[in-house]
Amino acid sequence: MKHLLSTSELSHADAVQILDTADQMAAVSSRAVKKLPALRGRTVVNLFFEDSTRTRISFETAAKRLSADVINFSAKGSSVSKGESLKDTAQTLMAMSADAVVIRHPSSGAPQQLADSGWIDAAVVNAGDGKHAHPTQALLDAMTLRRVRSRATGVASTGMDLEGMHVVIVGDVLHSRVARSNVWLLTTLGARVTLVAPPTLVPVATDNWPCEVSYDLDAVLSEAPDAVMMLRLQRERMNAAFFPSEAEYTRGWGLTAQRVQRLEAVGAPTVFMHPGPMNRGLEISSEAADSPRSTVLEQVANGVSVRMAVLFLLLSGDESSPNPSEN
Amino acid sequence: MSCYLIGNARPEGGDPADLLVTDGTVTAVGAPGSLQVPEDAEVIDASGLIALPGLVDMHTHLREPGREDAETVQTGTRAAARGGFTAVFAMANSNPVADTAGVVEQVWQLGRDAGWTDVHPVGAVTVGLEGTRLSEIRAMAESRAAVRMFSDDGKCVHDPVLMRRALEYVKAFDGIIAQHAQEPRLTEGAQMNEGAVSADLGLTGWPAVAEEAIIARDVLLAQHVGSRLHICHLSTEGSVEIVRWAKSRGVYVTAEVTPHHLMLTDELVRTFDPVYKVNPPLRTDADVQALRRAVAEGTIDVVGTDHAPHTAEDKECEWSCAAHGMTGLETALSVVQLSLVDTGLIGWDRVAQIMSHRPAGILGLTDQGQPLRPGSVANLVLWDPAGATPVDPATHASKGRNSPYRGMTLPGSVRATFYRGHPVVRDGELATPLGR
Repeated sequence: MKHLLSTSELSHADAVQILDTADQMAAVSSRAVKKLPALRGRTVVNLFFEDSTRTRISFETAAKRLSADVINFSAKGSSVSKGESLKDTAQTLMAMSADAVVIRHPSSGAPQQLADSGWIDAAVVNAGDGKHAHPTQALLDAMTLRRVRSRATGVASTGMDLEGMHVVIVGDVLHSRVARSNVWLLTTLGARVTLVAPPTLVPVATDNWPCEVSYDLDAVLSEAPDAVMMLRLQRERMNAAFFPSEAEYTRGWGLTAQRVQRLEAVGAPTVFMHPGPMNRGLEISSEAADSPRSTVLEQVANGVSVRMAVLFLLLSGDESSPNPSEN
Repeated sequence: MSCYLIGNARPEGGDPADLLVTDGTVTAVGAPGSLQVPEDAEVIDASGLIALPGLVDMHTHLREPGREDAETVQTGTRAAARGGFTAVFAMANSNPVADTAGVVEQVWQLGRDAGWTDVHPVGAVTVGLEGTRLSEIRAMAESRAAVRMFSDDGKCVHDPVLMRRALEYVKAFDGIIAQHAQEPRLTEGAQMNEGAVSADLGLTGWPAVAEEAIIARDVLLAQHVGSRLHICHLSTEGSVEIVRWAKSRGVYVTAEVTPHHLMLTDELVRTFDPVYKVNPPLRTDADVQALRRAVAEGTIDVVGTDHAPHTAEDKECEWSCAAHGMTGLETALSVVQLSLVDTGLIGWDRVAQIMSHRPAGILGLTDQGQPLRPGSVANLVLWDPAGATPVDPATHASKGRNSPYRGMTLPGSVRATFYRGHPVVRDGELATPLGR
């Protein structure tokens, strides 16, 4: 693996290896000295063409825990608004001998262009591109699901996949790179994925996607799924007539207090996931967000571990263990 | 006096014949060796080559005036000559827009001065291509450029009342409105064909219905007012069905397809290489097959290149900010051979129809698209169907390097182009322009 651009290119073995490595990284993060020397002397550039404080600090923390030098390059608007081109930015980074470029970009495909262009030598990690992909988000979700399963079964997570788990992804699938990346990764790992959204927020041709699509959240929740992942709803979607009002959206597709109570009543195992930041009261109620079923903060913590694993695997160039015990 | 004997060529793919070209006119055609040849005639051995009437491109972007960094009339017509074209129609989306007699006369004069092909400017339907009021169409028609085709190409004349008025107005001089069919609201922010690939890539979709809805409306408008309508670059199976239906009702509608829509599909967008970004977008394989059949059955009348050169800066960037368009003049006939002839769908006589006779007929050109027989103006191309064209944009005469075929080897090659009896291309290379 030279780059991490999307989850559709990850094999089952690749994905399990990343998650196993992430589990080892998580052990590092729980120690008093949260640092490994693995990437000492290597340079990781966070190239963000779009604001995302959460994702950037997650990658920054990950790189620093591996002892890499981190450069944050905020290029918001510079390329798309016809300032410096992506090509010039990339070549500038190459001139600074970056070993990895973590790129967040509003245009779908920009990370792949960077990787394929020949403008740059470094490993490219997609930190979210347009509506296309957000592979590390899907990996942290998979890690979270694996840990949920591990806790429920008492079986250690190492080597585990998500075979047989039922994961429901709810909300604005049309505009969501998180949903796209999760559909591919979670099904590669054996999970059954159901997308739930108003019909206006589902792409017109999802026939090739390895998942089911439903417009009825209550019917899907009545199956007592293992997890329900709420997608963040951009409030500007309402102005483009995707749905009539926020209240109607919440009644139809929000994880409301009533829906939480119904799951409690039947003793469903369902955990509540959200990539953040949450719109409380819109796609997710406070009852859900603050419930013991919520994995939102665990997802954030797992994000650092997964990003450590990805940077380690891309930059260490072999499949050896990070061996955290020999720090 | 100039005199060429083109020996042993196959006119429109038929039996071998000799053609005598004297002072810009085809003066004799006969069985090989049967013609009386003047002593000073230059003999060109065309054994194995197909002779086609000079190609006529209804849809070219020459970028001059305004974007001379992307293309000029000089470089664009050199590219046309290399591709076997002897006439091109230059679309109006220049800067300033070709919406006045002054601009169309400028482009027409630049074409004459260059001397590689005829250049017929297309006039804008609306002022500044803004879709709000008609440009001075009659002034352009009466100018030295004698404009007959009007188009806001690149933008759709989406206001139904304005479209109706335009269709009616050009009847005064047998003009034709060429519509770029794209419903603007349905394509806001659109980046690629809407379908399975756009769903995967998260690029905003460009639904087929945005094209088909405008075509359906416009064929009905054309029927209502009894006007001529030309549909630029059809790209969907549904568009073909609407045009077929309209023709069966007697609507005077003609339809065009580009070479790239006959060959390439939206699967290429998975590379995110902006060379594949084009308007209308590359569609699905089902659309490609439907377009090919539509050419074979006659629903589609002409192939137009939509040659759209762009600078590297406008293409070497993120997909969403890259310009739409691809070059096409120097590869058009190869792509037609690959997608239509080599597949057995049509013969060379039909190629001559869709790329020369028919476009010349639609535009009322009397000195282009003529049959290869005595008395015709000697516009012709010699094509080697067994040849090969390795596509290296760096060697193209066009300034545009944005060829979607780069790195491929396409079938066939232009060996010579005669423009008004003068060989502007010889041995596959540009020779000299026609002096006037």
